[in-house]
Amino acid sequence: MVKMSELSKVHDTPASMARLRKRRAAETRLHVYGILAIVVSGLALVSLLWTVFGNALGAVTENYITLSVPLTQEEIDPDATGNPDVIGKIDFGGFTKDLLRAKFPDVTSRSDKKDLYDLVSVGAGFELRQRVIDDPSLVGQTIDFRFLASDVSDLYLKGFYGELDETAQTVVLTVTPAEKKGHVEVSVDQPVFANAVALVGDELRHKAKLERDQAELQDNGVQEFGRRLTTDIPDEKRAEYTKQIEVRSQKRDELLAEADALEARADNPAGREELDDRMPSLLLKVGDSWLKMTEVGLSGGIARVIQPPGDGGQVAPADWHYYINEVPEVARKISDNQIVWLEVLREQDAVTDNFNWRFFSAGDSREPELAGIWGAAVGSFWTMLVTFFLAFPIGVLSAIYLEEFARKNKLTDFVEVNINNLAAVPSIVFGLLGLSIFLGIFGVPRSAPLAGGVVLALMTLPTIIIAARASIRAVPPSIRDAALGLGASKMQTSFHHVFPLAMPGILTGTIIGMAQALGETAPLIMIGMVAFIVDVPGGITDSATVLPVQVFRWADFPERAFEARTAAAICVLLVFLVLMNALAVFLRKKFERRW
Amino acid sequence: MVKHKKSSEEIKITARGVNVFYGETHAIQDVDVDIRDHTVTAFIGPSGCGKSTFLRCLNRMNDTIDICRVTGEILMDDRDIYAPDVDPVQLRAKVGMVFQKPNPFPKSIYDNVSYGPKIHGLAQNKDDLDHIVERSLKRAALWKEVKDRLHEPGTGLSGGQQQRLCIARAIATAPEVLLMDEPCSALDPIATAQIEELIDELRSKYSVVIVTHSMQQAARVSQETSFFHLGVLVESGDTEKIFTAPEDERTQNYITGRIG
Repeated sequence: MVKMSELSKVHDTPASMARLRKRRAAETRLHVYGILAIVVSGLALVSLLWTVFGNALGAVTENYITLSVPLTQEEIDPDATGNPDVIGKIDFGGFTKDLLRAKFPDVTSRSDKKDLYDLVSVGAGFELRQRVIDDPSLVGQTIDFRFLASDVSDLYLKGFYGELDETAQTVVLTVTPAEKKGHVEVSVDQPVFANAVALVGDELRHKAKLERDQAELQDNGVQEFGRRLTTDIPDEKRAEYTKQIEVRSQKRDELLAEADALEARADNPAGREELDDRMPSLLLKVGDSWLKMTEVGLSGGIARVIQPPGDGGQVAPADWHYYINEVPEVARKISDNQIVWLEVLREQDAVTDNFNWRFFSAGDSREPELAGIWGAAVGSFWTMLVTFFLAFPIGVLSAIYLEEFARKNKLTDFVEVNINNLAAVPSIVFGLLGLSIFLGIFGVPRSAPLAGGVVLALMTLPTIIIAARASIRAVPPSIRDAALGLGASKMQTSFHHVFPLAMPGILTGTIIGMAQALGETAPLIMIGMVAFIVDVPGGITDSATVLPVQVFRWADFPERAFEARTAAAICVLLVFLVLMNALAVFLRKKFERRW
Repeated sequence: MVKHKKSSEEIKITARGVNVFYGETHAIQDVDVDIRDHTVTAFIGPSGCGKSTFLRCLNRMNDTIDICRVTGEILMDDRDIYAPDVDPVQLRAKVGMVFQKPNPFPKSIYDNVSYGPKIHGLAQNKDDLDHIVERSLKRAALWKEVKDRLHEPGTGLSGGQQQRLCIARAIATAPEVLLMDEPCSALDPIATAQIEELIDELRSKYSVVIVTHSMQQAARVSQETSFFHLGVLVESGDTEKIFTAPEDERTQNYITGRIG
């Protein structure tokens, strides 16, 4: 028998104290685990947002190249009709190219011209055309028109391909014409180009290493055939193997010799090295002209003139600059020529940037600089509209029926279990359902917000039903009693009293369900909403895409400029989701009632 | 068989052989009782004795509980309220109910009182409705306190005021019988006194049935008392007689505090 009066002494024993300490330690541990968990998830969130916002910065502005455009009467509208149809037939794309060629008259080769045309977007010509069609009185004037920069120029101007590394100069540069046409000889009396030569040396050593690797492979062959010769084999084979050994040894020796030569060149920087497009780019700005080194030594070399005049004789240290771009030309989208042209334009203040409104007002495009999310946003709007008008009434009425009217029996239990199951069905399955039923049987147009909305409504229904049932159940029974006691019918009780009180909870559930649907991609893949759709949809049966699908598609595009646009589209999506959730919280707080 | 005191006043509700089952549980067994018009009838008894259950049979509120089954006969003005042609919705308009906990709708005071008249079509126009609301609130002795804030939420009133609002709401549907299920159990003594006074006044218009835990309350407000114990109606009759000279030993034990 335990004596209760004795028990209270237990509280002060050392064993009891130890128990207490253990309990406190456990509490502290739990506390620490909790904080750690929050810190880890907080860091994950911060790094996610950091990456997304950081990437999105590249799409915040867009660059324009301003050129003066002589809209001569004879070229644009020879018959002086002022008719937009006539003006619209002019090839403004070609016209834009002519303008660029006029700006850089020394560009002659075909590939250089192509590079030059790539400075501005293919859409720029259409914008010029639109401008002239909108205001035919411009014909005959010379206007300054801002041509949208192409994605590559835009990224360069924003510094995404690296800034040019400049080294301050202290010596006089001598420029003399070289034998080769369009090239000049540059020389300085100090080893100014040592760092470039070192970079070239590294490149040579790397090449030598590759050749040594090749030589080793050949040597392996020699060894293997040598081993086979020691075994018992027929004579004709023996002859063939001997031949192989001979060939491979020769090849190996050649490779080794080449590697030695390369290393010798790398170790002996006194000589001049030829620079190909796999080597770092060395650009010289001499006065107004731009040169690109094709051969470099420690204190001079041969340079190609990109931007004339390219003469100069003795150039004072302050008048010449020397830039190294360590990324070889083959490894980047933008060529050295384009860099030079853009720098020239930048110096002439012909480059301007402004806020990228186009991103919010344009539809999709293959050209990153022309692509916007408006089409996807409108597609999302139509889809959500369909989803809401299907899922909300059906979901809420189901919930009211199940909660207020349905008798509890096996059938309603079965329905309830299946609603919960439905909430756990992978969303792509709903896409398959939509594909086979709505597209296959009912012939709903493919890629249309109608189809997407119906599918997402199916996906959202369980969320809405579950949330609505929970909030209907949360209405105190005393309110039902009060209404029933007054002689209200069951329906009056439900719709006059229970439903309005459950409304905030129902709306919260609905908004969360809709937010889920807004961010959904997988089911839409199945019904063809992953499509390249340029036009902004005008209704629920037009082809459309939605924001998350747009993100998914852009993320897949190879152009680097889409990276920033993808991030920017994610930001827009996030803003919508945050707004919707904030609305849910607001409604909950505003209509929350206490009894 | 319990004897009833003969009265010149007419009998409003007659219950004969009423049994209530909650699933397998036999909650009320063979209850016979008469409830007179213009009288306050108190149902007393220990917790779980079935007095509230029986009260809820009188306006068929038990219909809302799926597993509840009522047998026997309850006549109101000689009509069986469980007859198939009786609509419980109509019945509840005639038999108003006030619950244990004040349960105003989370709407304005005006909307609370006007809801019943509106759904039953008691008012032809806005003026009629205003009139009904005012009369009901006056009869529930709440008018003076709320007349200036009729459009403020009813949930903002004090507990006692809320309960009077519920009474006003019940009165507004022009019932003949008022059922009160422990209307004062959630209230403080002052509010209780006000409600009790009100109940006494309501007697002139309605037949009032009140379930109470408090024997003092039953003695104060009622003229007739029925004592329930373990689902059985033990004794029923004149309040004074029940409290001074109970016939049944269980009644005596209860009012002297030996069971409860």
